[in-house]
Amino acid sequence: MLSDLYIPGASALHRMRPAWKLALLFLYCTALFVVSHSLMLGLGLLLIALGYGIAGLRPRHAFDAVRPALYVLVIIFAAQLWLEDLAMAAFVTLRLIALLMAAALVTYTTKASEFTDGILALLSRAPKWLPKDKIALAISLVWRFIPMIRDQFEEVREAQRARGIERSLLALVAPLVVRVLKSADEIAEAIEARSLD
Amino acid sequence: MTTRDIVLIALFAALTAVMAVFPPVTLPLLPVPITAQSLGIMLAGGILGAKRGALSIILLLVLVAIGLPLLSGGRGGLSVFFGPTAGFLAGWVAAAFTIGWMTEKFWDGLSFVSATLICVAGGIVVMYALGIPGISLMADVPLSKAFMGSVTFIPGDIVKALIAAAVMVTVKKSYPIIGQAA
Repeated sequence: MLSDLYIPGASALHRMRPAWKLALLFLYCTALFVVSHSLMLGLGLLLIALGYGIAGLRPRHAFDAVRPALYVLVIIFAAQLWLEDLAMAAFVTLRLIALLMAAALVTYTTKASEFTDGILALLSRAPKWLPKDKIALAISLVWRFIPMIRDQFEEVREAQRARGIERSLLALVAPLVVRVLKSADEIAEAIEARSLD
Repeated sequence: MTTRDIVLIALFAALTAVMAVFPPVTLPLLPVPITAQSLGIMLAGGILGAKRGALSIILLLVLVAIGLPLLSGGRGGLSVFFGPTAGFLAGWVAAAFTIGWMTEKFWDGLSFVSATLICVAGGIVVMYALGIPGISLMADVPLSKAFMGSVTFIPGDIVKALIAAAVMVTVKKSYPIIGQAA
Protein backbone atom coordinates (compact mmCIF):
# COMPACT_ATOMS: atom_id res chain seq x y z
CA MET A 1 0.00 0.00 0.00
CA LEU A 2 0.91 3.62 -0.22
CA SER A 3 2.48 4.94 2.95
CA ASP A 4 3.63 8.45 3.77
CA LEU A 5 6.66 9.61 5.75
CA TYR A 6 4.57 10.55 8.82
CA ILE A 7 5.89 9.51 12.23
CA PRO A 8 3.08 9.16 14.77
CA GLY A 9 3.09 11.36 17.84
CA ALA A 10 0.96 13.68 19.95
CA SER A 11 3.29 16.65 20.37
CA ALA A 12 2.36 20.30 19.87
CA LEU A 13 3.98 20.12 16.44
CA HIS A 14 1.89 17.09 15.48
CA ARG A 15 -1.28 18.91 16.52
CA MET A 16 -0.46 22.22 14.83
CA ARG A 17 -2.50 22.97 11.69
CA PRO A 18 -0.64 22.09 8.46
CA ALA A 19 -1.09 25.62 7.08
CA TRP A 20 0.69 27.09 10.12
CA LYS A 21 3.55 24.65 9.81
CA LEU A 22 3.98 25.55 6.13
CA ALA A 23 3.94 29.27 6.95
CA LEU A 24 6.59 28.77 9.65
CA LEU A 25 8.72 26.71 7.27
CA PHE A 26 8.67 29.45 4.63
CA LEU A 27 9.46 32.08 7.26
CA TYR A 28 12.37 29.96 8.51
CA CYS A 29 13.86 29.45 5.05
CA THR A 30 13.48 33.09 4.06
CA ALA A 31 15.13 34.20 7.30
CA LEU A 32 18.12 31.90 6.75
CA PHE A 33 18.67 33.23 3.24
CA VAL A 34 17.96 36.93 3.91
CA VAL A 35 20.05 37.17 7.10
CA SER A 36 23.09 35.37 5.74
CA HIS A 37 25.10 35.33 8.95
CA SER A 38 26.62 32.50 10.96
CA LEU A 39 24.86 33.73 14.14
CA MET A 40 21.49 33.38 12.39
CA LEU A 41 22.46 29.92 11.15
CA GLY A 42 23.46 28.87 14.67
CA LEU A 43 20.10 30.07 15.96
CA GLY A 44 18.38 28.24 13.10
CA LEU A 45 20.13 24.95 13.86
CA LEU A 46 19.28 25.33 17.56
CA LEU A 47 15.61 25.89 16.68
CA ILE A 48 15.59 22.75 14.52
CA ALA A 49 17.14 20.66 17.30
CA LEU A 50 14.47 22.05 19.64
CA GLY A 51 11.77 21.22 17.08
CA TYR A 52 12.92 17.61 16.76
CA GLY A 53 13.06 17.40 20.56
CA ILE A 54 9.51 18.72 20.97
CA ALA A 55 8.19 16.35 18.31
CA GLY A 56 9.86 13.42 20.09
CA LEU A 57 11.96 12.50 17.04
CA ARG A 58 15.40 10.89 17.24
CA PRO A 59 18.69 12.06 15.67
CA ARG A 60 18.26 9.14 13.27
CA HIS A 61 15.18 10.87 11.77
CA ALA A 62 17.11 14.08 11.26
CA PHE A 63 19.85 12.11 9.51
CA ASP A 64 17.30 10.33 7.32
CA ALA A 65 16.16 13.75 6.10
CA VAL A 66 19.67 14.67 4.97
CA ARG A 67 20.86 11.30 3.69
CA PRO A 68 19.29 11.37 0.17
CA ALA A 69 21.10 14.67 -0.51
CA LEU A 70 24.42 13.52 0.97
CA TYR A 71 26.12 12.99 -2.39
CA VAL A 72 25.20 16.49 -3.60
CA LEU A 73 26.14 18.04 -0.25
CA VAL A 74 29.63 16.52 -0.36
CA ILE A 75 30.18 17.92 -3.86
CA ILE A 76 28.93 21.36 -2.79
CA PHE A 77 31.20 21.30 0.28
CA ALA A 78 34.20 20.39 -1.88
CA ALA A 79 33.38 23.05 -4.46
CA GLN A 80 33.05 25.75 -1.78
CA LEU A 81 36.25 24.63 -0.12
CA TRP A 82 38.04 24.97 -3.41
CA LEU A 83 36.44 28.31 -4.39
CA GLU A 84 36.37 30.00 -0.99
CA ASP A 85 37.51 28.60 2.35
CA LEU A 86 36.52 26.14 5.07
CA ALA A 87 34.28 28.64 6.89
CA MET A 88 32.23 29.37 3.75
CA ALA A 89 32.01 25.67 2.84
CA ALA A 90 30.75 24.79 6.32
CA PHE A 91 28.28 27.69 6.32
CA VAL A 92 26.69 26.87 2.95
CA THR A 93 26.49 23.14 3.65
CA LEU A 94 25.08 23.58 7.16
CA ARG A 95 22.48 26.03 5.86
CA LEU A 96 21.29 23.45 3.32
CA ILE A 97 21.20 20.79 6.04
CA ALA A 98 19.11 23.12 8.23
CA LEU A 99 16.63 23.65 5.38
CA LEU A 100 16.38 19.93 4.66
CA MET A 101 15.79 19.08 8.31
CA ALA A 102 13.23 21.86 8.78
CA ALA A 103 11.21 20.73 5.76
CA ALA A 104 11.41 17.10 6.87
CA LEU A 105 10.18 18.09 10.34
CA VAL A 106 6.93 19.34 8.78
CA THR A 107 6.62 16.15 6.73
CA TYR A 108 7.32 13.90 9.74
CA THR A 109 4.67 15.57 11.89
CA THR A 110 1.89 15.88 9.29
CA LYS A 111 -0.14 13.05 7.77
CA ALA A 112 -0.55 13.15 3.99
CA SER A 113 -4.29 12.90 4.59
CA GLU A 114 -4.18 16.09 6.72
CA PHE A 115 -2.58 17.91 3.80
CA THR A 116 -5.17 16.47 1.39
CA ASP A 117 -7.99 17.62 3.68
CA GLY A 118 -6.34 21.04 3.82
CA ILE A 119 -6.12 21.24 0.03
CA LEU A 120 -9.76 20.18 -0.33
CA ALA A 121 -10.84 22.75 2.27
CA LEU A 122 -8.93 25.44 0.37
CA LEU A 123 -10.51 24.31 -2.89
CA SER A 124 -14.04 24.58 -1.48
CA ARG A 125 -13.38 28.28 -0.97
CA ALA A 126 -11.55 28.71 -4.28
CA PRO A 127 -12.94 30.97 -7.04
CA LYS A 128 -15.51 29.51 -9.44
CA TRP A 129 -13.26 29.35 -12.53
CA LEU A 130 -11.09 26.73 -10.84
CA PRO A 131 -12.28 23.18 -11.69
CA LYS A 132 -12.16 22.09 -8.05
CA ASP A 133 -14.08 18.82 -8.47
CA LYS A 134 -11.65 17.77 -11.17
CA ILE A 135 -8.62 18.63 -9.04
CA ALA A 136 -10.05 16.64 -6.15
CA LEU A 137 -10.80 13.73 -8.50
CA ALA A 138 -7.26 13.79 -9.93
CA ILE A 139 -5.66 13.70 -6.47
CA SER A 140 -7.82 10.81 -5.28
CA LEU A 141 -7.24 8.90 -8.53
CA VAL A 142 -3.44 8.94 -8.18
CA TRP A 143 -3.75 7.33 -4.73
CA ARG A 144 -5.63 4.50 -6.38
CA PHE A 145 -3.47 4.27 -9.51
CA ILE A 146 -0.03 3.92 -7.92
CA PRO A 147 -0.67 0.42 -6.44
CA MET A 148 -2.48 -0.57 -9.65
CA ILE A 149 0.42 0.45 -11.92
CA ARG A 150 2.90 -1.17 -9.51
CA ASP A 151 1.04 -4.47 -10.02
CA GLN A 152 0.99 -3.99 -13.78
CA PHE A 153 4.72 -3.27 -13.70
CA GLU A 154 5.39 -6.52 -11.79
CA GLU A 155 3.36 -8.44 -14.38
CA VAL A 156 5.29 -6.91 -17.26
CA ARG A 157 8.57 -7.63 -15.48
CA GLU A 158 7.58 -11.29 -14.95
CA ALA A 159 6.69 -11.63 -18.63
CA GLN A 160 9.93 -10.04 -19.80
CA ARG A 161 11.97 -12.12 -17.34
CA ALA A 162 10.55 -15.24 -19.01
CA ARG A 163 11.91 -13.82 -22.27
CA GLY A 164 15.23 -12.97 -20.63
CA ILE A 165 14.96 -9.24 -21.33
CA GLU A 166 13.93 -7.84 -17.94
CA ARG A 167 17.09 -5.71 -17.82
CA SER A 168 16.06 -3.76 -20.90
CA LEU A 169 14.38 -0.50 -19.89
CA LEU A 170 12.61 -0.24 -23.24
CA ALA A 171 11.17 -3.75 -22.95
CA LEU A 172 9.72 -2.79 -19.54
CA VAL A 173 8.45 0.69 -20.33
CA ALA A 174 6.81 0.27 -23.76
CA PRO A 175 4.33 -2.50 -22.79
CA LEU A 176 3.63 -0.81 -19.44
CA VAL A 177 2.73 2.51 -21.13
CA VAL A 178 0.41 0.82 -23.63
CA ARG A 179 -1.35 -1.08 -20.82
CA VAL A 180 -1.75 2.11 -18.81
CA LEU A 181 -3.24 3.93 -21.81
CA LYS A 182 -5.66 1.08 -22.46
CA SER A 183 -6.92 1.18 -18.89
CA ALA A 184 -7.56 4.94 -19.20
CA ASP A 185 -10.60 4.45 -21.43
CA GLU A 186 -12.18 1.83 -19.17
CA ILE A 187 -11.64 3.92 -16.06
CA ALA A 188 -13.00 7.08 -17.67
CA GLU A 189 -16.11 5.19 -18.82
CA ALA A 190 -16.59 3.73 -15.37
CA ILE A 191 -16.37 7.17 -13.77
CA GLU A 192 -18.78 8.69 -16.27
CA ALA A 193 -21.21 5.79 -15.82
CA ARG A 194 -21.40 6.83 -12.16
CA SER A 195 -21.92 10.41 -13.48
CA LEU A 196 -19.12 11.91 -11.47
CA ASP A 197 -18.12 14.48 -14.10
CA MET B 1 -11.07 18.95 -19.71
CA THR B 2 -12.96 15.68 -19.97
CA THR B 3 -13.01 12.91 -17.38
CA ARG B 4 -10.70 10.97 -19.68
CA ASP B 5 -8.16 13.83 -19.57
CA ILE B 6 -8.26 13.78 -15.75
CA VAL B 7 -7.77 10.00 -15.77
CA LEU B 8 -4.80 10.28 -18.15
CA ILE B 9 -3.20 13.02 -16.03
CA ALA B 10 -3.57 10.92 -12.89
CA LEU B 11 -2.32 7.77 -14.64
CA PHE B 12 0.90 9.44 -15.82
CA ALA B 13 1.50 11.00 -12.42
CA ALA B 14 1.22 7.48 -10.97
CA LEU B 15 3.33 5.96 -13.76
CA THR B 16 6.14 8.44 -13.13
CA ALA B 17 5.93 7.66 -9.41
CA VAL B 18 6.17 3.90 -10.09
CA MET B 19 9.22 4.49 -12.30
CA ALA B 20 11.08 5.53 -9.16
CA VAL B 21 11.28 1.84 -8.21
CA PHE B 22 12.43 0.58 -11.61
CA PRO B 23 15.76 -1.24 -11.27
CA PRO B 24 18.44 1.42 -11.87
CA VAL B 25 20.68 0.83 -14.87
CA THR B 26 24.42 1.34 -14.49
CA LEU B 27 26.52 2.15 -17.53
CA PRO B 28 30.24 1.45 -17.68
CA LEU B 29 32.43 4.52 -16.93
CA LEU B 30 29.53 6.39 -15.29
CA PRO B 31 29.63 7.12 -11.56
CA VAL B 32 25.88 7.68 -11.26
CA PRO B 33 23.20 5.06 -11.90
CA ILE B 34 20.43 5.91 -14.34
CA THR B 35 17.01 6.04 -12.72
CA ALA B 36 13.93 5.70 -14.85
CA GLN B 37 12.00 8.54 -13.26
CA SER B 38 12.99 11.30 -15.68
CA LEU B 39 11.89 8.93 -18.43
CA GLY B 40 8.40 9.37 -16.98
CA ILE B 41 8.71 13.15 -17.39
CA MET B 42 9.63 12.80 -21.06
CA LEU B 43 6.79 10.33 -21.66
CA ALA B 44 4.19 12.49 -19.90
CA GLY B 45 4.91 15.32 -22.34
CA GLY B 46 5.57 13.17 -25.39
CA ILE B 47 2.44 11.05 -25.00
CA LEU B 48 -0.12 13.35 -23.36
CA GLY B 49 0.98 16.65 -24.92
CA ALA B 50 1.93 19.96 -23.31
CA LYS B 51 -1.02 20.77 -21.04
CA ARG B 52 -1.92 17.32 -19.74
CA GLY B 53 1.75 16.32 -19.51
CA ALA B 54 2.73 19.31 -17.40
CA LEU B 55 -0.38 18.92 -15.19
CA SER B 56 0.43 15.28 -14.49
CA ILE B 57 3.93 16.21 -13.30
CA ILE B 58 2.51 19.02 -11.13
CA LEU B 59 0.08 16.49 -9.65
CA LEU B 60 2.97 14.14 -8.85
CA LEU B 61 4.87 16.97 -7.16
CA VAL B 62 1.80 17.87 -5.06
CA LEU B 63 1.69 14.29 -3.75
CA VAL B 64 5.44 14.39 -3.06
CA ALA B 65 5.00 17.69 -1.20
CA ILE B 66 2.31 16.30 1.10
CA GLY B 67 4.71 13.57 2.22
CA LEU B 68 4.60 10.57 -0.09
CA PRO B 69 8.04 9.08 -0.86
CA LEU B 70 7.47 8.89 -4.60
CA LEU B 71 10.80 10.15 -5.95
CA SER B 72 13.67 7.82 -6.83
CA GLY B 73 15.50 6.50 -3.79
CA GLY B 74 12.33 6.83 -1.73
CA ARG B 75 12.69 10.59 -1.40
CA GLY B 76 9.66 12.70 -0.70
CA GLY B 77 8.14 15.28 1.56
CA LEU B 78 8.80 18.98 1.62
CA SER B 79 12.57 18.69 1.99
CA VAL B 80 13.07 17.84 -1.69
CA PHE B 81 11.72 21.31 -2.51
CA PHE B 82 14.22 22.94 -0.18
CA GLY B 83 17.26 20.93 -1.17
CA PRO B 84 20.02 21.82 -3.62
CA THR B 85 18.31 20.03 -6.50
CA ALA B 86 14.93 21.78 -6.11
CA GLY B 87 15.48 23.60 -9.44
CA PHE B 88 15.28 20.28 -11.24
CA LEU B 89 11.76 19.70 -9.93
CA ALA B 90 10.65 22.97 -11.54
CA GLY B 91 12.61 21.77 -14.57
CA TRP B 92 10.47 18.60 -14.66
CA VAL B 93 7.28 20.59 -15.20
CA ALA B 94 8.93 22.84 -17.81
CA ALA B 95 10.45 19.80 -19.55
CA ALA B 96 7.14 17.94 -19.74
CA PHE B 97 5.46 21.06 -21.13
CA THR B 98 8.19 21.76 -23.72
CA ILE B 99 8.36 18.16 -24.90
CA GLY B 100 4.57 18.05 -25.16
CA TRP B 101 4.40 21.32 -27.04
CA MET B 102 7.06 20.31 -29.57
CA THR B 103 5.53 16.84 -30.02
CA GLU B 104 2.18 18.45 -30.83
CA LYS B 105 3.89 20.78 -33.34
CA PHE B 106 5.75 17.98 -35.13
CA TRP B 107 3.11 15.29 -34.61
CA ASP B 108 2.32 14.48 -38.27
CA GLY B 109 5.88 13.72 -39.26
CA LEU B 110 7.05 12.40 -35.86
CA SER B 111 9.89 9.92 -36.34
CA PHE B 112 12.37 8.27 -33.98
CA VAL B 113 14.95 10.93 -34.84
CA SER B 114 12.69 13.94 -34.34
CA ALA B 115 11.26 12.45 -31.13
CA THR B 116 14.79 11.96 -29.80
CA LEU B 117 15.69 15.57 -30.61
CA ILE B 118 12.51 16.78 -28.87
CA CYS B 119 13.33 14.74 -25.74
CA VAL B 120 16.90 16.05 -25.69
CA ALA B 121 15.72 19.65 -26.11
CA GLY B 122 13.07 19.43 -23.40
CA GLY B 123 14.39 16.73 -21.09
CA ILE B 124 18.01 17.87 -21.07
CA VAL B 125 18.34 21.49 -22.31
CA VAL B 126 15.23 22.92 -20.60
CA MET B 127 15.61 20.71 -17.50
CA TYR B 128 19.24 21.72 -16.88
CA ALA B 129 18.48 25.36 -17.76
CA LEU B 130 16.35 25.42 -14.59
CA GLY B 131 18.18 22.82 -12.50
CA ILE B 132 21.69 24.27 -12.73
CA PRO B 133 20.76 27.83 -11.63
CA GLY B 134 18.87 26.11 -8.80
CA ILE B 135 22.02 24.37 -7.55
CA SER B 136 23.99 27.58 -8.03
CA LEU B 137 21.48 29.58 -5.97
CA MET B 138 21.00 27.08 -3.13
CA ALA B 139 24.67 26.16 -2.81
CA ASP B 140 26.17 29.57 -3.53
CA VAL B 141 28.45 28.22 -6.27
CA PRO B 142 29.02 29.85 -9.69
CA LEU B 143 26.96 28.53 -12.61
CA SER B 144 30.00 26.99 -14.28
CA LYS B 145 30.77 24.87 -11.22
CA ALA B 146 27.14 23.79 -10.86
CA PHE B 147 27.24 22.79 -14.52
CA MET B 148 30.41 20.74 -14.04
CA GLY B 149 28.77 18.87 -11.18
CA SER B 150 25.75 17.98 -13.29
CA VAL B 151 27.55 16.91 -16.45
CA THR B 152 27.94 13.31 -15.28
CA PHE B 153 24.17 12.82 -15.53
CA ILE B 154 23.90 13.90 -19.17
CA PRO B 155 24.99 10.60 -20.85
CA GLY B 156 22.29 8.78 -18.86
CA ASP B 157 19.75 11.38 -19.88
CA ILE B 158 20.64 10.85 -23.54
CA VAL B 159 19.98 7.11 -23.11
CA LYS B 160 16.61 7.99 -21.59
CA ALA B 161 15.79 10.38 -24.45
CA LEU B 162 16.41 7.49 -26.89
CA ILE B 163 14.16 5.14 -24.92
CA ALA B 164 11.44 7.78 -24.53
CA ALA B 165 11.56 8.49 -28.27
CA ALA B 166 11.19 4.78 -29.07
CA VAL B 167 8.16 4.55 -26.78
CA MET B 168 6.64 7.75 -28.22
CA VAL B 169 6.88 6.38 -31.77
CA THR B 170 5.44 3.00 -30.72
CA VAL B 171 2.54 4.67 -28.93
CA LYS B 172 1.87 6.99 -31.86
CA LYS B 173 1.41 3.94 -34.06
CA SER B 174 -0.55 1.75 -31.66
CA TYR B 175 -2.40 4.04 -29.25
CA PRO B 176 -2.13 7.74 -30.16
CA ILE B 177 -3.41 10.24 -27.59
CA ILE B 178 -2.21 13.57 -28.99
CA GLY B 179 -3.56 13.45 -32.56
CA GLN B 180 -7.13 12.61 -31.49
CA ALA B 181 -10.03 15.03 -31.72
CA ALA B 182 -10.27 16.02 -28.07
